[in-house]
Amino acid sequence: MFPFSFEWIWDMGHVVFMGGLWYALTILGIGMTYCIIKSAIDASRGNDEHHH
Amino acid sequence: MDSALIPRGVKRCPFPQFILFVAIVGAVLLWGVYAMLLCWFKGLNQTNMNDAYGFALWIWADLAVIAVGGGAFFTGLLRYIFGKDDLKNIINYAVLIGFICYSSALLILAIDIGQPLRGWFIFWHANVHSMLTEVAFCLSCYFGVLTIEYIPLILENRQIDRVPFFHHLGHNMHETMAVFAATGAFLSFFHQGSLGGVAGVLFGRPFAFREGILIWPWTFFLFTWSAAACGPCFTILITKITETVTRKKLVKDSAIELLAKISGWMLLTYSIAKTADTWYWATVTAPSMGQTLMDFYSNNPLYGIWILILEIAICGFVPAFILITKKGRKNSLALWIAITLATIGVCINRWVMVLQVMAVPVLTFESWFMYFPSWQEIATTILPVAYGVILIAISYRYLPVFPNEPELNPMETLPAQETEKEEAVEPSVDLEQELKPAEA
Amino acid sequence: MKHKKAKKYGMVIDLDKCTGCGSCMVACMAENNVPFRKDESNKLLSITWMRVYKLTNGKPFPNTDICYLPRPCMHCEGQHEGHSPCVTVCPAIATDYNIETGIVSQIYTRCFGCRYCMASCPYHARYFNWWDPVWPDGMEKYLSPNVSPRMRGVVEKCSFCFHKYQLAKEKAFMKGRRELKEDEYQTACTQACPADAITFGDLNNPNHAVYRMAKPDPKHHGRPTNPHAFRLLERLGTNPKVYYLSSREWVRRAGDNYLENESIAKKPAHHE
Repeated sequence: MFPFSFEWIWDMGHVVFMGGLWYALTILGIGMTYCIIKSAIDASRGNDEHHH
Repeated sequence: MDSALIPRGVKRCPFPQFILFVAIVGAVLLWGVYAMLLCWFKGLNQTNMNDAYGFALWIWADLAVIAVGGGAFFTGLLRYIFGKDDLKNIINYAVLIGFICYSSALLILAIDIGQPLRGWFIFWHANVHSMLTEVAFCLSCYFGVLTIEYIPLILENRQIDRVPFFHHLGHNMHETMAVFAATGAFLSFFHQGSLGGVAGVLFGRPFAFREGILIWPWTFFLFTWSAAACGPCFTILITKITETVTRKKLVKDSAIELLAKISGWMLLTYSIAKTADTWYWATVTAPSMGQTLMDFYSNNPLYGIWILILEIAICGFVPAFILITKKGRKNSLALWIAITLATIGVCINRWVMVLQVMAVPVLTFESWFMYFPSWQEIATTILPVAYGVILIAISYRYLPVFPNEPELNPMETLPAQETEKEEAVEPSVDLEQELKPAEA
Repeated sequence: MKHKKAKKYGMVIDLDKCTGCGSCMVACMAENNVPFRKDESNKLLSITWMRVYKLTNGKPFPNTDICYLPRPCMHCEGQHEGHSPCVTVCPAIATDYNIETGIVSQIYTRCFGCRYCMASCPYHARYFNWWDPVWPDGMEKYLSPNVSPRMRGVVEKCSFCFHKYQLAKEKAFMKGRRELKEDEYQTACTQACPADAITFGDLNNPNHAVYRMAKPDPKHHGRPTNPHAFRLLERLGTNPKVYYLSSREWVRRAGDNYLENESIAKKPAHHE
């Protein structure tokens, strides 16, 4: 899973597979971080103009 | 009693009735939990699996719930990426059903492995060449996506929504949902596919083995395809069951029909592809290993050629033809039949690709292996169903799962705009109106 | 070439000699601390790294003929080195193909019991520990100290007595040698067979008996060129390292699946 696991090899399989995995995880992580930070800012500003 | 938690503008059954229902289903759930604990503490000797039947009921249940849970990713893809706006009326429920299916799949996997405490090895010591590794990674990540998609719905609960941070979080997550849905579709494509790959790569098992492209056997693509085709049918089926049980119209026909139509075309193309795959396998792949089609469907008490006909013709082409015609989609009975058959069909496919693979003898001096699950296996397989029913019941009661519900079921005594007064929402006791939530 | 000197340990079992006595099974269980239960009547729950099958030609008396077929793990090489059915599917690298010896290992402490390898193995050579091992009182003193007993919930299988390979290597090293002689590394089943039906050695070494008996064809993934030799399920492309000898055609035909009117002539594996 990580390059420091002893069975890790820098080969095509690992790069493609783990690349895809970390890519997806990064997007999810950044997306959620953005939502949480923006919500905290919105809430602290008392910003309530939108309605869904 | 819990009226402050119930969404505005909708009617729910009395609290004691709700609790009674949850308690009854909860008893079934506890039975499953007991069996699960037996498996964890005493080991897999509690099952009827054996050395010839290492994959059995649980793996089937796993594949089946993931296939039918495919409605979440496919509906999300259509709604957020392809912009099918009508589907916004059913997307919440599709996400909830998907969430239940995927959490169930993870739970079943945790029971199924011989050393549950070492389950994390599949991530830590990942063999990137194994289809099962791909399944584990994508399944866990996609479960994360489903959680992200389910959270905004939870945040819309009346009381939670009053907290400014949660209110904004729900809103912001909605705004970002396309990104999450796209990631979910990406992950789903691979884990649905790799579940098909699990069987397709078994070159020691002529019944399962398929050729393919590069590292992906044809089953890889067929599984993704069938999940995208039949998953939405299951979403519609559960919606219809919920509507029947609650005796309310919850989703507009336009949403159901659009989803049914797309599902129908997916199912038709899938059935054609599956037929071609079966044909090639029966006439080229299997004979190259010295076996004929009928070797796989004779000399045993269960698996006859009927199962192939049932899977592809009756549960593939028949529902596909119903769903692609306007008449079929508009006719309530025909729609019911089609979505039920499609759901059964994909479950049979997963059954065949797990259970029959184990049953067919490969060594010439062995015979068919038959198996019947132990009660512990059955109980732990019913456990997720009970859990799903309860989660749907709770979500339906306290969350605005169906955005169309107030509009489709106007409340005579309590117009939606007056419900600013919290205490006024106590629903009138009307047993006819709202009996119990749906089954999953 | 790096792999030129690599060993490819394998086995040749002469089915004309095998009497079905089961000594190989007993020796294997004792050597490898294979657990057993009080009631072993359900063979689908028994762990038998080496299992003797009874085959029959299905003909009525007086033409009835039977044959006993011992089946260890085949240590499949697959269509390219290490592409065994089980090794490729293990999600946690708990089973590995050793390119130095060609032996397929099982790492018990790594295995988490998903049983995918069992599903992939057409020979049913892999066994699951449905229970924790329980030894009769005092018997734990007789366990082999060189083989770790397995815990509940993991898969195990024949290792070609890999610990004996390690011991032999150590001994040879102390004597200043890097290479093993043919008789220095022999599996327990080979040594126990009273009929001398099992031969073990390096299939890459033309001086070893296994090579001379099976005459593997390196151009066709080790397919035997000895007309009396065959491998189980050759056509699947698993490329096993266990060869069988039989002078009887029905026995050789029983080693693989054939279409009704197909001749037993060597068929290429489907991957070729």
